Amino acid sequence: MATGEEVKVLGYWSSPYALRVKWALKLKAVEFDYMEEDLTNKSALLLQLNPVHKKIPVLLHNGKPVAESLVIMEYVDETWKQNPLLPQHPHQRAIARFWAKFVDEKEGEEQEKAAKEAREHLKTLESGLEEGKPFFGGESIGFVDIAAAWIGVWGEITGEIVGIKLVDEEAMPLLTACFQAVLQTPLLKECLPPRAELLEHSKRFRQKLMAAAAAST
Amino acid sequence: MAKSDVKLLGAWPSPFVNRVQIALNLKSVDYEFQEEKFDNKSELLLKSNPVHKKVPVLIHNDKPICESLIIVQYLDEVWTSGPSILPSDPYDRATARFWAAYVDDKWFPLLKELRTTEGEEAKAEISKKLKEGLVLLEEAFIKCSKGKGFFGGERIGYLDIVFGSFLGWLKAVEKIAGLKLVGELVTPGLAAWAERFCSHEAVKGVIPETDRLVELAKIIQARLKAQSAPK
Repeated sequence: MATGEEVKVLGYWSSPYALRVKWALKLKAVEFDYMEEDLTNKSALLLQLNPVHKKIPVLLHNGKPVAESLVIMEYVDETWKQNPLLPQHPHQRAIARFWAKFVDEKEGEEQEKAAKEAREHLKTLESGLEEGKPFFGGESIGFVDIAAAWIGVWGEITGEIVGIKLVDEEAMPLLTACFQAVLQTPLLKECLPPRAELLEHSKRFRQKLMAAAAAST
Repeated sequence: MAKSDVKLLGAWPSPFVNRVQIALNLKSVDYEFQEEKFDNKSELLLKSNPVHKKVPVLIHNDKPICESLIIVQYLDEVWTSGPSILPSDPYDRATARFWAAYVDDKWFPLLKELRTTEGEEAKAEISKKLKEGLVLLEEAFIKCSKGKGFFGGERIGYLDIVFGSFLGWLKAVEKIAGLKLVGELVTPGLAAWAERFCSHEAVKGVIPETDRLVELAKIIQARLKAQSAPK
């Protein structure tokens, strides 16, 4: 890292979007300071850096803030050229961006749609993988892998809570294998939140969602 | 490049399609346009965009590219001899992408909602949110343009195309709802930019006339009402 280079990440322990940013920086061996936000009591810094959405993650690079996880990932890829996340060829880049956007639209963490629908979308996502290539990025972990592999953890937890297998080895073998390969990579695995805490957090979150839904009917 | 190498599947009223047309014009790319009907999608469209079955789809050398923002970036990366669409500095690029996501995910859905909202109170509520968004975009314009005429600076760029493609529907919804959203008082930068953008040679003739969109909105609204009417 160049001297005087300052990289900070504002995140939240259970956020898959913050995880994406950590993973992108780790894969490029970029040192960064991580700052945990209390989302029930947002810091003045967060509100100053992301006044439009007031959300994490935010990347701070030499004092300049970048918000929105996929925007941050593209910025990281363009700023630190080692271990490219996006493919080189424009058409393949377009395909990678397509699947990353698909994940955001269909597999949002707070999506209230039925788990069954989420499962269908995962089967669609499977079609983005090629037999014989372990990752969306081909032989190595790439943009879509970083954008999507969190589903292997969060999806499993949701599945446990609602009783439906979301990431199903039988229905989506390539996707299951891809997620596992990403999640088992030591550099990335060490960024994952503790599973038991994540399960509790997800349960409480869902309870809150259902209570809010019931209250509004 | 031969015209048949580049094909755009689109629909004239779609601002997302308009984006791609503007980008193709900026890059002086010859292309074939195939008009798609919402209720009778072509085999080619269904085959080229099986996931979403939506326009726009760009087909280049028989390979499909979907999603308007992705297509515009693709054009910028392939046709490098033409004027650049995205800024060259990574931070400026991130800023442009951030606002593009804001316009698509937060602002335009409100505009669509206003188009079909009835009742003065409900309309006032949505237009208030839209205006708040426009104030943010005015600030973004001042920062990004750095004193020049466009979000992209001296030349039309990514954010100009992304936000500007909504100007047709913006004017149409202003007419339908009977209120003004972009005004010289609160958003003078955007008001002037809107004129400048719509008269740019790459944009002229792409964004449909306001009255045509208003007529279309009436037809769609009538159809929806007929469908949901008690039988």
